[in-house]
Amino acid sequence: MSENQGSQGLPRDAASWATKVDRLTVEGGRSGGINVAGRRLTGPVQGFGKMWRKTYWFETGPQLSPETAIATWKKNFGEFWPKASRFKGPLTGLGPGDVALLDVRVGGGVRLSTGVFVLYADERSFTLMTPQGHMFAGWITFSAEARGAATRVQAQALIRANDPLYELAMGLGGHRKEDQFWIHTMTSLASCLGVAPVAVHRRTICVDRRRQWGNAGQVWQNSVIRTMLHSAATAIPRARQPRPGPR
Amino acid sequence: MDEAPGLGVRKADGRTSVIDIKGDITAASEPALMAAYEEAARQRARRLVLNFSDLEYMNSGGIGMLVTMLVRANRQHQELAAYGLSHHYREIFELTRLDEAITIYDDERSALAG
Repeated sequence: MSENQGSQGLPRDAASWATKVDRLTVEGGRSGGINVAGRRLTGPVQGFGKMWRKTYWFETGPQLSPETAIATWKKNFGEFWPKASRFKGPLTGLGPGDVALLDVRVGGGVRLSTGVFVLYADERSFTLMTPQGHMFAGWITFSAEARGAATRVQAQALIRANDPLYELAMGLGGHRKEDQFWIHTMTSLASCLGVAPVAVHRRTICVDRRRQWGNAGQVWQNSVIRTMLHSAATAIPRARQPRPGPR
Repeated sequence: MDEAPGLGVRKADGRTSVIDIKGDITAASEPALMAAYEEAARQRARRLVLNFSDLEYMNSGGIGMLVTMLVRANRQHQELAAYGLSHHYREIFELTRLDEAITIYDDERSALAG
């Protein structure tokens, strides 16, 4: 039996982690994925901007078990998002190694098509990690735990903006939009769990104030720009198609 | 599962301290991890070597704690290294790309030789 192994020969967390991947793949037959397939994952170490730890949470009574909260969240993840944003994950719920596609309105009529990778999932938490080109480099962990007589349901992001343009956007209202997004999501989740109304709390900590200028070149992977270019490229051939003339 | 890890800190040489991690690493481990980091800093270590030989469990919250420690070390111009990772945990380091910032060695001797 080697180091780090339990009596069964595998660590207790073995089934909860995704298998290592070098680049993301999108299963055939799923539409979209223009900024996902072939992309590498990016953690908070790889991003450009300041590193933030953002936590959003609500508390409710012990009638809601952590396992119920997380099972509901994993199964219906995208349904709690604001209506203008779409999340396309596996119908059965999120599990380790799954890739989900997302299409998010980032403001000014601009959309971001990208994806996330399920890095970790167990009965009380799951974590999504972002690919190159996503607005953020890092991961966000959704968890629930009993705290005394209460159950705390939480989303916690550890992220940097992925490139200088995203960093600029975060300073120009991006942080506020991000807060609104997750507060909306958690309020919807609480409603689905039957514990609404709840107060959603927020705490933001700047973990690292330094920008990583060595990663500024990641702007070439920027998925907002690539989504716009993709939209333009698909619109031009449609516009060139001859319209049916009068009969 | 949420127990704080048992952490020992020992000075290996004039510039290196080893943090022996035992048990579970989760988000709840933050106080113990940061206390160990402070102890290593008091020893004026320029290199911090994390010994994962007795790690029994780590979730994504635990990985986040290691990132936080890495940021603190970088801020103080300290280098972070690791050894004792099983194949499973080494793959997690690679998956999360933490291995690009924390140098991984096979054993303590090579980690200290750095």
